[in-house]
Amino acid sequence: MRYLPLTPSDRHAMLGIIGAKSIDDLFVDVPAQARLDGPIRGLPNHASEMAVERHFSTLARKNMTASQHPFFLGAGAYKHHVPASVDHITQRGEFLTAYTPYQPEIAQGTLQMLFEFQTQVARLFGCDVANASMYDGSTACWEAIGMAGRITKRTKAVLSSGLHPHYVSVAKTMARYTGDTLDTALPDLSAKTDSVRLLDAIDGETSCVVVQYPDILGRIEDLSAIAAKAHEHGALLIAVVTEPVALGAIKAPGDMGADIVVGEGQSLGVGLQFGGPYVGLFACKEKFVRQMPGRLCGETVDAQGKRGFVLTLSTREQHIRREKATSNICTNSGLCALAFSVHLTLLGEKGLRGLAQLNHALAVQAADRLTQIAGVELVNDSFFNEFTLKLPKEARPVVRALADHEILGGVSLGRLYPGTDALSKGLVVAVTEVVTSEDVETFAVALQEILA
Amino acid sequence: MNAINQSGWKPEMGNAGETAPATFTGNKALMLEEALIFEIGTAATTGVDLADAPKVAARLGNLERHRDIGLPGLSEPETVRHYTRLSRQNYAIDLGFFPLGSCTMKHNPRLNEKVARMAGFADVHPLQPVETVQGALAVINELAMWLIQLTGMHGVAMTPKAGAHGELCGILCIKAALAARGDPRCVILVPESAHGTNPASAAFAGFSVENIPATSEGRVDLAALTARLGPDVAGVMITNPNTCGLLERDMKAISDAVHAAGGYVYCDGANFNAIVGRVRPGDLGIDAMHINLHKTFSTPHGGGGPGSGPVVLSEALSPYGPLPYTARNADGHYTLIEEETAQEYHPHSFGRMTAFHGQMGMFTRALSYIMSHGADGLRQVAEDAVLNANYILRSLEDVLEAPFAHSGPCMHEALFSDNGLADGFSTLDIAKGLIDEGYHPMTVYFPLVVHGAMLVEPTETESKATLDQFIGALRSVAERAKAGDPSLKSAPHHAPRRRLDETQAARKPVLVWREPEQLVAAE
Repeated sequence: MRYLPLTPSDRHAMLGIIGAKSIDDLFVDVPAQARLDGPIRGLPNHASEMAVERHFSTLARKNMTASQHPFFLGAGAYKHHVPASVDHITQRGEFLTAYTPYQPEIAQGTLQMLFEFQTQVARLFGCDVANASMYDGSTACWEAIGMAGRITKRTKAVLSSGLHPHYVSVAKTMARYTGDTLDTALPDLSAKTDSVRLLDAIDGETSCVVVQYPDILGRIEDLSAIAAKAHEHGALLIAVVTEPVALGAIKAPGDMGADIVVGEGQSLGVGLQFGGPYVGLFACKEKFVRQMPGRLCGETVDAQGKRGFVLTLSTREQHIRREKATSNICTNSGLCALAFSVHLTLLGEKGLRGLAQLNHALAVQAADRLTQIAGVELVNDSFFNEFTLKLPKEARPVVRALADHEILGGVSLGRLYPGTDALSKGLVVAVTEVVTSEDVETFAVALQEILA
Repeated sequence: MNAINQSGWKPEMGNAGETAPATFTGNKALMLEEALIFEIGTAATTGVDLADAPKVAARLGNLERHRDIGLPGLSEPETVRHYTRLSRQNYAIDLGFFPLGSCTMKHNPRLNEKVARMAGFADVHPLQPVETVQGALAVINELAMWLIQLTGMHGVAMTPKAGAHGELCGILCIKAALAARGDPRCVILVPESAHGTNPASAAFAGFSVENIPATSEGRVDLAALTARLGPDVAGVMITNPNTCGLLERDMKAISDAVHAAGGYVYCDGANFNAIVGRVRPGDLGIDAMHINLHKTFSTPHGGGGPGSGPVVLSEALSPYGPLPYTARNADGHYTLIEEETAQEYHPHSFGRMTAFHGQMGMFTRALSYIMSHGADGLRQVAEDAVLNANYILRSLEDVLEAPFAHSGPCMHEALFSDNGLADGFSTLDIAKGLIDEGYHPMTVYFPLVVHGAMLVEPTETESKATLDQFIGALRSVAERAKAGDPSLKSAPHHAPRRRLDETQAARKPVLVWREPEQLVAAE
């Protein structure tokens, strides 16, 4: 067993020093009726590295991968090119096999990285401060709603109909247990968002308004008016960004008045990974910092006056505050935060802006090409790298038919909003820098054939 | 004459007695200082070559971002060097012994990294048609089957993203089960020695939390617990093996008592690695238990995540588990049960906890580890982990107070206290002294039930030679602390940083970098 260094003679010698006759002596506290006398029956025994790898290779081949097919899926997870050096750095054992930096003198690598990450996220979102990451965008979104409740001492959250339906589901699950009420609605298959509904719903009971930017259909809308109305009534604006690359092209939510900005950081560095692990981004105005969930890294000095970094404000956290903590979160998503930060460092301001421009331009071209197909309409007036098409028929079977053509052709609104007839013809299409013009043409030709 | 040494160069040993002056750079040979990316990068630098964007009329809704974002870029060589230098300021399992109690810092096999990176798992989208992700769903299902078999439970919720998220999942199952029978119970009992996440998770779900005391031998006080049970108690959250490193030998009796009183039993499975293959929690009457894949099943801790916290569930709680989950049809085809089909297959689910299917990248790694060990190897894992911990306990109990040494064998971790050190010396000094000896310290000041707790968890992936050297080092540091060696108060002396001022960090938090001129302007 290749991961176990003790030899039989080591075990024998150690039992002798302990004063035990056999290993069973060390398990005497297990109640007799629960003792297993040998390996659990019906399960296979140990396997060689080669055998395990072969098993996984077989299973891996049964999946259709993004890089080997024309690929247009988004809706909360995006395929971007991740530079080779990102994975090289995240595989360094000093990052990969370290723990939460509880002993700062020997964890400055992770801590400085987190300080840089926090600064990058805060700047990208147009906020004062950011934390050291959350599990993913959907849990960060719920934590933000909870935080707004703590700040405003109110329980009514108004959710935009453009918020990712899975994020809404997560918030609904949690709200059922915390007593928050959520004002939600389904989106319309139209260029107009429901900002009028949001403005109408804000009142003196509202803790927060939650708006996704760009939204689930890819629409982009100025958040300033919603922020102003929310603030007028003592409520907070929470913006949710599921595609951070967009912020290389469009205004930051913080610059439009958002009080808390959360997001999914998967786009940068992390990859698709069938949904996880991802990295939740969480930023806010400085005055709210003591109500934030999650780990925070802060700058300080050591005993000789040298700059260094530590985890800080831990009096908010579960290991100190226990049942009075701002959140139960302990582990965050450190290694994914590293991947995000390395990718963003490689891009820099120039690279992120160039990448965003490229994404937008390719998406515009793809939208123009796809809407040449008879009966296919573009829903959006505005979009970044993702837009919604209205097909002449139900989109979900079309996506399956496209898969038969070896094309991963977007996310149908039927998948996201099952049973909602008014949305069933909607198809959300994402176009990033990995999509070639040949991919778009292949997609268009197949779509035309399927719709014919 | 020596033809290759005409310049006068002669190998020389120099004078080893001289003290080194401060260096110009602040570096000390291989110990290299590294500035922040904001100090070395520029907005005009990029380490990525991109195609030029085709010219199109923008459709960004007149929301173009004009103001500078303030993101520095580095070229690729500068980037690799920056992070490589940072990495060398970290302690890690790959580098040495990391006996952080309750965190289970075991070796992370590289095969796991290799399989997780196979394109078939790393490069698939969570919303692809299920026909195109059959292999990914198979991985989730196979891991789920292993977890159910190893724990002797009825079902498993795979989506929780970390241990604390798993606790919340289990607690929400209990809440939903109570709601289903119209039972308004609102109290969760938690032992004093529990992880802080336990009370935080219970409180989040709206339960009030009450502590239950421990006996002098470090276990849950069964009598006190039984006395507190009643119609208001929804359940208990018990860590087993507990955070004192002991098996709760009354676990079955506790479960029976809680069940008889109408409550549910949550088990914090953070320490499952001590009993995997030796005991099935299902045989102890557990209703829900999260499993930290990053502890028991060796997925890397990554400097603080990502974790993964699947929750195994009893027959009583399985109907309430979260969406989505994978199911295997009779024909071997996998399906996803989501909101759409929940009414038909999983009508009592408490709902969704996260956007997608959980930590796929951790599932592949954990399954690779489990298959590598197999049923026989996993049993050996628990045995070696427990053997190593007892070896440390018995080798050091003469020099450090071990408050529960009399309570019988420990499980996977050995607990010591700081009683008996010289005046003014505490656990912190021992921890910092161990850093100078080249170790990551043990968990300190946890659990709270012991004064100056030091919780040492060696794991099964350490050799006897490593343990022997550590025992020698900890003995030496403990003796210095007992003798009142003042140099220990200023340790670590040899780490990249001396002790850091955490008070200042918290009093005036600096959480992001600001340009020096911004700081001046702000003052």
